[in-house]
This record gives sequence, structure tokens and C-alpha cells, in this order.
Amino acid sequence: MSELTHLTMAAALEGLKAKKFSSRELTDAYLAAMEKHRDLNAYITETPDKARAMADAADQRRAKSEANGLMDGLPIGIKDLFCTDGVLTTAGSHILDGFKPTYESTVTTNLWRHGAVMLGKLNLDEFAMGSSNETSYHGPVINPWKRKNSDVKLVPGGSSGGSAAAVAARLAMAATGTDTGGSIRQPCAFTGTTGIKPTYGRCSRWGIVAFASSLDQAGPMARSVEDCAIMLSAMAGHDPKDSTSVDVAVPDFRKALTGDIRGLKVGIPKEYRLDGLSPEIAKLWDEGVAWLKAAGAEIKEISLPHTKYALPTYYIIAPAEASSNLARYDGVRFGLRVPGKTLDEMYELTREAGFGKEVKRRVMIGTYVLSAGYYDAYYLKAQRLRALIARDFTEAFKDIDVVLTPSTPSAAFGAGEQSDDPIAMYLNDVFTVTVNLAGLPGISVPAGLDSQGLPLGLQLIGRAFDEETLFRVGQVVEKSANFTAVPAGY
Amino acid sequence: MSDNTKNLIEGRTGMWEVVLGLEVHAQVISKAKLFSGAATAFGAEPNSQVSLVDAAFPGMLPVINEICVEQAVRTGLGLNAEINLKSVFDRKNYFYADLPAGYQISQYTQPIVGKGTIILDLPDGSRREVGITRLHLEQDAGKSLHDQHPSKSYIDLNRAGVALMEIVSEPDMRSSDEAAAYLKKLRSILRYLGTCDGNMDEGSMRCDVNVSVRKPGDPYGTRCEIKNVNSIRYVAQAIEHEARRQIEIIEDGGTIKQETRLYDPNRGETRPMRSKEEAHDYRYFPDPDLLPLILEQSFVDGIKAGLPELPDAKHERFVKEFGLSDYDAGVLVAERETAAFYEQAAKGRDPKLTANWVISELFGLLNKEGKTITESPISAAQLGELVGLIQDNTISGRIAKEVFAAMLETGKSAPAIVEEKGLRQVTDTGAIDAAIDDILAKNADKVAEYRGGKDKLFGFFVGQVMKATGGKANPAMLNERLKAKLQG
Amino acid sequence: MSLDTKAVAHIATLARIRVPEQDLAGLAKELNGIMTWVEQLNEVDTTGVEPMTGVEQRGLPQRPDVVNDGAMPDKILANAPEPAHGFFTVPKVVE
Repeated sequence: MSELTHLTMAAALEGLKAKKFSSRELTDAYLAAMEKHRDLNAYITETPDKARAMADAADQRRAKSEANGLMDGLPIGIKDLFCTDGVLTTAGSHILDGFKPTYESTVTTNLWRHGAVMLGKLNLDEFAMGSSNETSYHGPVINPWKRKNSDVKLVPGGSSGGSAAAVAARLAMAATGTDTGGSIRQPCAFTGTTGIKPTYGRCSRWGIVAFASSLDQAGPMARSVEDCAIMLSAMAGHDPKDSTSVDVAVPDFRKALTGDIRGLKVGIPKEYRLDGLSPEIAKLWDEGVAWLKAAGAEIKEISLPHTKYALPTYYIIAPAEASSNLARYDGVRFGLRVPGKTLDEMYELTREAGFGKEVKRRVMIGTYVLSAGYYDAYYLKAQRLRALIARDFTEAFKDIDVVLTPSTPSAAFGAGEQSDDPIAMYLNDVFTVTVNLAGLPGISVPAGLDSQGLPLGLQLIGRAFDEETLFRVGQVVEKSANFTAVPAGY
Repeated sequence: MSDNTKNLIEGRTGMWEVVLGLEVHAQVISKAKLFSGAATAFGAEPNSQVSLVDAAFPGMLPVINEICVEQAVRTGLGLNAEINLKSVFDRKNYFYADLPAGYQISQYTQPIVGKGTIILDLPDGSRREVGITRLHLEQDAGKSLHDQHPSKSYIDLNRAGVALMEIVSEPDMRSSDEAAAYLKKLRSILRYLGTCDGNMDEGSMRCDVNVSVRKPGDPYGTRCEIKNVNSIRYVAQAIEHEARRQIEIIEDGGTIKQETRLYDPNRGETRPMRSKEEAHDYRYFPDPDLLPLILEQSFVDGIKAGLPELPDAKHERFVKEFGLSDYDAGVLVAERETAAFYEQAAKGRDPKLTANWVISELFGLLNKEGKTITESPISAAQLGELVGLIQDNTISGRIAKEVFAAMLETGKSAPAIVEEKGLRQVTDTGAIDAAIDDILAKNADKVAEYRGGKDKLFGFFVGQVMKATGGKANPAMLNERLKAKLQG
Repeated sequence: MSLDTKAVAHIATLARIRVPEQDLAGLAKELNGIMTWVEQLNEVDTTGVEPMTGVEQRGLPQRPDVVNDGAMPDKILANAPEPAHGFFTVPKVVE
């Protein structure tokens, strides 16, 4: 059984097609693994009945040769930020206490249409605000990876920490994630998995609990570049219900995986070589450069001069949007209500009890930067910086096709190590956040282990709607790195 | 402002000028809401016209209704206003029970419509131009019911998300009469355009009034905003009360506090709104769920080409083309339906005569029966026929009134009634002469008095002859023949 | 620029989050730390730079005026904490 959980989606699709095993067998193997590894706290809600029913339906389609979906019969986990019809949806928050949507997000609808099987809802930082999955009301997620000869519990990264841990620990073939400042790529880097944040507008945001609307984007998290390509083809597509969804054709991203990157121009941004960048990360980055050069790509140093302002820009824009997006959690129509004598008292008590510390912190910052007298100094200033950051990329992409950077400034850290210092925590996203601000696609690919045996990732950034180049180059990195490590015990 | 002295209010310390600006929320006529596909009909069961978007469920997103955009542009053009080809939707953030998202999607710095003008038709027949500051699109809130439960308010979101046009005037008005004229004219234009039904009872047109007072020539005083006044009469009353209140405060040595107030028509006073006491900080910012609204000039031009003739143009045409008085033209164009009724009735008839009949006879009847022009028991074509009969001397004006009454009673046409009742006017000189001769013969004494200089008796003879002919004698002819015969 | 406890209390009121009196000082310190950090943006001269509100520059898509949603009060009220007679309810509001 455990062999089944080690297959990639591409391999599992072959197995299903060849009738080597059924979707039900595959699904049961995952349900068993989920039960066995509940200590990771990757899932908030397991949906075994639903999973088996969907798997059986997939097997029936297969029997009738009607299994036409891109992911027919493949069991996956869903970040608990996606609304799922009739299934508890928490966003990792107490404030959505007991909330069962009567609707299904567009992305998950697309996945089910492609035959995917839902295993359950995955843990995350509360409202996707965090880089360690320690802010969830449903408790922290444990990274299945451990440092050599150490029992210290490590964080899986965040906010899609449950998704990353589940994929790494073989508790799901793949998972959906969302990425507002690095929430797919950073946990992928921390868990030796692969994930792509697509171009803003590529996947519909309809039915995904909003954090920062101008930055949020859903994407796949899986165990190979090819699996991400398959899953993104299934998830993406224009949605008239989302005004920011872009009406462009969704290619079969697998077809982009040619392995041929000869003549491709790869940019290496000098500003990403931060002071105090860990030598191991720097070394990995150099290796990445060497791999791509060896595969025939041309390497160019580029400048993205406003990089250092990306994080503070992000920490104005994202909280500002969040402060408004989270106003609807007021105890009136769904979720938690703490009674109060007056309407305002009910609001204040409900939101005090319902939101965790980090969410409150960001809602307060967002409220402040939008308030009278501060809007121009903070919010408008940040929007101007955002324009400059986006312009940096536009200029750079005149000369290059793709950017190569590390995914994170460090490997996974220990639980509680950074939770006291918000700014230290925010710095986890230093390499990923620029991509969200510019609306570009970015992929994180596991590229090696550090001296403590923990995975590290490399990030590729592409032009808007050029995920194909990212997949093609990403697979070259994947093959060159030959990353085959699996966390011990999984 | 030179002739504004008539509008001044007398206080203990001298004369005061009241300064008024109006913010009208006009519900856009559309089938579906501004950002969702839920229905907009009035009077549905609670929460039965609410989509997940309107109730602000997690992950729900707005998509704009194209008709609402078109209606806003149409209204802007009807107000002679600039149309902004790029406008932006912002979030206005505040917590309230009937505002599900915790923000209202509105337009703040870049509205869809900019500066325009509107011409007021004042009760004394004068006209006055008032500036429109802007028009923007925004969502309506839901409805809170406070009287259903001792300790709870009930929330119905049917209205949440319905498209509103907020139309803001310049502080150009100086009396409650002008404010009332503004509302009437605005409502008339909206109805002509078909962009808002202007129904204040159902809340599809609501008005906030900004009131301040000052000594003539002084800078503007501190204003108070009176919220949601729901009839033109109440607007006028609220203004009178609020202006008096402010004058008294200032004359007693106090100062006006800028605040939001409610008008209580039962008590005839305004009072501060409790829920608005706290200073607001709406934290407007561009809604990241929506992109800027970009319009093509050709789209605007297309709407402009399809605009109906509006009241001011119609007024001018009625005066010029039909020779109507300003007053009559004003009365006839106030409502689109009335103007249409009049034009249909006047087709091929004497326009002034038709106007008299519509304004005095038909309106009198409708007023008495509490009906609108569209419910008129006499159609425009029927009224036109009646006017035609007067015009071609078939009946006299006096007989026409009798015919009119009979039309109402029987539903028959005017010609049929005239034939049936034999009301055709006598224009035969022989018959008229005979009747005159008969009367003169019977009243020889009075004839003598008349001839002796008692001219007043002429009316007596006319009356007697009319009586004898059953009122059917052609009055002009009768006058002429009678005069000749009396002069002997 | 520094936020004092009074300012923090005001922000908390605007955001409708109750913050116990004894937590205000600590929260003020945290928020000040973050705000001081973001103020490095002032190093950049952004004169003449158009603010970027979102990624896309194309116009807003519009939908036809068709009623195809709503008419589902049960679903709308399904998650409500204390519905009554087809309404949501809140503590009584005095206008």
C-alpha cells in the first residue's frame, strides 16, 4: 500500500490507466496514511466518506472509459481557505466556527470536474497570514522533515503549511495552496516539494477566503514539476465570477516540459544576494546557475533595484486589503458570535475572540495605514513603490526570459523560534514577495539538502502568463538536482 | 443672489440666509443588482433576493452589471454633465448591521459622472440653474427592522447591493421652495430618462439635505446633514425646522455642531442620529476586487444619441412651436406621461385650446379622482376629438363641458354624444335671428331701456337667446346678430 | 511617528476588535516596531510615480442585466448564528 503513496500523479495516472490499481485503492492508501500521521496536524478536516465516494465514481468512469479528466481518480488535499460545499471551512480561524459553505470554490469545482478526489481540508496559518503555520486556531503543523540527529520539531512554512506537510509526508498526492507573499513557495522549499504561484488572474479567486485581493493567487503544490503542470492545467481558467480573472487560454502545461532550454536567457538579480545570505543557500544558487548553463541557457546578471522595499511595501498593502476583507467576519451571518449588549459590543467581542494575534496585528496595521491622515504617507506610498517594483521586472524581462533566485533565505526553522518577532518572521518571504507585488508567476523547486539534511528550494520567476517557461526550466532544475530525498519515516 | 431677499428668514438679530445642498440617492432601474445577479423588485419576502455576494460570504466577488453603468451615463448626460471615461470603485469601510461586507462599494475620488447642471422651475414662474457636483454609482445597504423584537433588530438584505446613483448638488439652493423644485425637476428628468422611478414612498429616491445658515454675504456656516427624508413635503418641512433651530442656537450665542440628524415628521423636528454619533473614518481605498471602469467615447455617444427629449427642451418647444405660456408648458412637461398625453391630444388640433383642456378640465378631474395621467378615464385621442369639435364650431366651449361629463359617464366618444344629444351648435343665421326676434318681442320694455343707454342689458338678451336655443347658438354669431338688431 | 496607547485604542475601535486596557501598551510597541520598519519606504523618491492598485491594466469586465441569483433564503440563513423568521438578528440598534 505504502508504495502507492510514493507515486507521482503522472505515474499514478499511468497505473490507473493500466488498471494496476484503482482510485479507491489509491485513496484508501492515502486515508490510511492520514490516519497514521495525524500527529503532523496537516489536516483540519478529513473527508474519508467523500473521498471514497469520489474514488468509486472515478473508478466507474474509468471502467466505462469515461475518465477524461486531467486528474481522474487522483486523491488530493485542499487548503482550508477554499470554500467547499457542505464541508467545514475554517481558514484556520476560530471566527469561522462551524461554517459550512453552501457553495464550492471555482478552483475546487474545476479540480472535481477533472476527476480529482478530495481527501480533506488542510491546515494553514489563520487567514493565510503567517510563514510557519503556527498561527492556525487549529494548532501548528509539524514539518515531516527533521534535522540530522535531532528531534526538534520544525515548522513546515506557511501559510500553506498543511498542504506542504501533507504532500511531503505522502498524506496527499498533491494539494491546493494559495500564495499572497510566498505562501506556496516558502512551505514547498521547507518541505522538499514543488509549488507554483501562477500569474495573478490565472486561477479564479471566487470561493477562496480572501486575504489580500490584489495579491492572492491559488496554485498547485506537488511532488514534481510535472505534477504541478498537470494540476495547474486542471485548476486554472477564466471565471466570469471573478472580475480579476483573465480570459486567456489554459495550455496543457505538460507539453511545455521539453527539457530544452538552449538559448534561454536566465537573469540573476544581484540585489537578491543579501548581506548575510547563508553560504549554503548561496552555494545552492550557484549550483542552479551552473545547471542551467550546462543545459544551454545563457546567464545574465540583472538588477531589480527596488527589491529591498518589497517587504515593507507588502506589509502595508496586504494588511490594508486584509483589514477590509476581514470586516465581514462580524458574527451576524455566519461563524462565531459572542453575544453583546449592543451591536458594537457584539462586533468587538466576537472579533476579539475570533481572531488570533497575528490576524489582529495585521487588521490593526491595515486599519491604521488606511485611516485619515495616514493614507497618503503609507498606503499610497506603498502603491507607488509597488509600481516601481513591477517596473523593475518589466525592464529586466526586456533582456531575459526567466529569473533564478533562492526560494527562501533559510531552511525550515524550529517551532517557536521566530514567533516572537514579527519582522523576523516576515523576512521569510523576502525572495518571494516581489513576485506577488508584480503579479508574475513563480515556482519553487527542491534543489538540495543543507548540511543538516533539510531541503532547500530554488525559485524561478517568469513573465506574466508564461508559466510554461517556468515549468520547462523548473524541470531542468529538478532533473539536475536529482532531488530524491524523502523525510524519514514517510 | 441679488434677488434672494425674498428667501431670507427673519431672526432676532436680523435676516438670515439658508444654504442648501442636496444628496439624492436614486435607485437605478435594473433587473439585477449592481454587483450580483439577485433581483431588485420591491416588497419581496425577507432575504429572498440575496445572493452569496450580497450577503458577503467568504470568497465572494463582485461583477458589475452593464445596465447600471449605462443608466449612470444616461443620467449624467441628462444632467448636462461630464462623463468620466475612467472611473474607479472604492471601498467605504464602516461596520453596520445592514452592511454585510463591512464596506460599501462606492466611487470616491473618481466618479463616473462629474459636474453638471439642472434648471429649477420655481413656483413664481422663474427659473434658476443649480450646479450638480457629481454622480457616482454605489451599493445600497440592507434594511434593519427595529420594531419586531424587544431586544433585537432584524436584518433583511434584499436591498443590499441594489444599484444607487448618488447625485450631489452644489450648495446652490437658498430656500425650501428651491429644494423642493430641485427634487421635482430631478425626479422628472430621471423619469424621462427611465433611469429611476423616483418613487420616494418605496425608497427608490431618498434625500439627504445639507443645511447651514449665515448672514447674507458671510462665509458658509457649519452644516448639518439631515438623513433620508422620504417625501418632498418633508424635505421642505425639515429644512424650515432645521434652519430655525440653527438660527436660534446661533442667536443664543451657541455654535452649530456638524452632525447627522434625522427628521421626525410627527414631531416636526430634527434630532441627532445616535448611530452616527461616532466620528467616522471611512478608510476609502480602491476596491482590489474590481478594475477601473473604462468607457469608450463611442459608447457614451451612442447613449447620447438615444436620449429622449428632456423637460427643458420640451418646454422650450411647447412655447415656441405651440405658442403656450411658460406656465402651461411647465405644467405639461413636468411628467413625461403628461407631455406625451398632451402631444397626442394636440395632434392636428389647436395646441393652446388643447393645453387649456388638459390643464383645467382633465387635471381637475384626475385630482378629484386621485388618479394619474396614465390612469385617465379619457384617452388622449378622445380628448383630442372633443377639442376638435370646439375648434370647428360644432359645439361651443360651454357645451363641450357637458359633453366631457357625458364622456366620463358613458365612455362614449365626443362626436357620438353630440349627435345623440343633438348638441350641435346652431350656426344657421335664420334660426338665430328668429330666436332673437322672439326674445326682443317678449321684452319690449327692456329693449327700450337698452336703447335708452342701459348697455348692461346686452348680457341679459344673450342669456335669454342662449336659453331659448338650449345653449347651442354659436356665441359669436349670436353677439353679432343681437347687436345689429338692438341697434335697429 | 509613534503610536501611543490612545491611538491604538482608536484603531481597535475602528477595526471593532476589543483590546483589553492592559494589552494596549504591548500592542502599541509591536505596531510601532512594524511601522518604523516600513518607514524605510521614505528613502525612495516616488514623485510622479502612478500608484499601482492592481496587477491588471485592462478595463472592468461587465455582466448582462440578468436575474440569475438570489431566491435562496434558506442557504443565505443556513450559517446564521441566531436567525428569526427569515431575518438575521443583531442586538437592537437605536438610530
